[in-house]
Amino acid sequence: MPLPINEITKLIKESIPDASIEIKDLKGDSNHYAATIKSKLFNNLSKIDQHKMVYKSLKGKMGNELHALSITTESK
Amino acid sequence: MEINEQIKKLIGENDICLFLKGTPDAPQCGFSMAVSNVLKHLNVKFKGINILEDEHLRKGIKEFSDWPTIPQLYVKGEFVGGCDIVKEMFEKGELKKLFEEKKLI
Repeated sequence: MPLPINEITKLIKESIPDASIEIKDLKGDSNHYAATIKSKLFNNLSKIDQHKMVYKSLKGKMGNELHALSITTESK
Repeated sequence: MEINEQIKKLIGENDICLFLKGTPDAPQCGFSMAVSNVLKHLNVKFKGINILEDEHLRKGIKEFSDWPTIPQLYVKGEFVGGCDIVKEMFEKGELKKLFEEKKLI
């Protein structure tokens, strides 16, 4: 089941309210995305923990409904 | 517990351990291929573990690392990251630095 961009954005915003999110649908199939996410909450966190925070916001959809989402995280 | 022990053994016995879909020479997914290629490019010796051959391992590694996706790279027993982090570290020269610090190149 593909997950639309607005749904991904909504899920991330619920957990990371200050996030600036930019998502590209790489193949136009609602299944392969690249996301750049910026948040103050990432400050002082390791890259691993930043990505984990994003994965957690997606509530188990990553690796299931959501097959491919490349993540780039930056602190603000 | 058993699967955790198996994973600890793998990452303990192999300085650079990559859990991937397929094998380093025949990766079954673009993300696994990307990380394999980075390691090959840096000319380091690494152990590839094909998680498609073992469903317990496939589930187990995700829980062990608290990380939902494959590939996963471990260096000297420590989780370094998935495809995005490894690629980013490679591009910034940080991966090479890490291997140098750990005396792996």
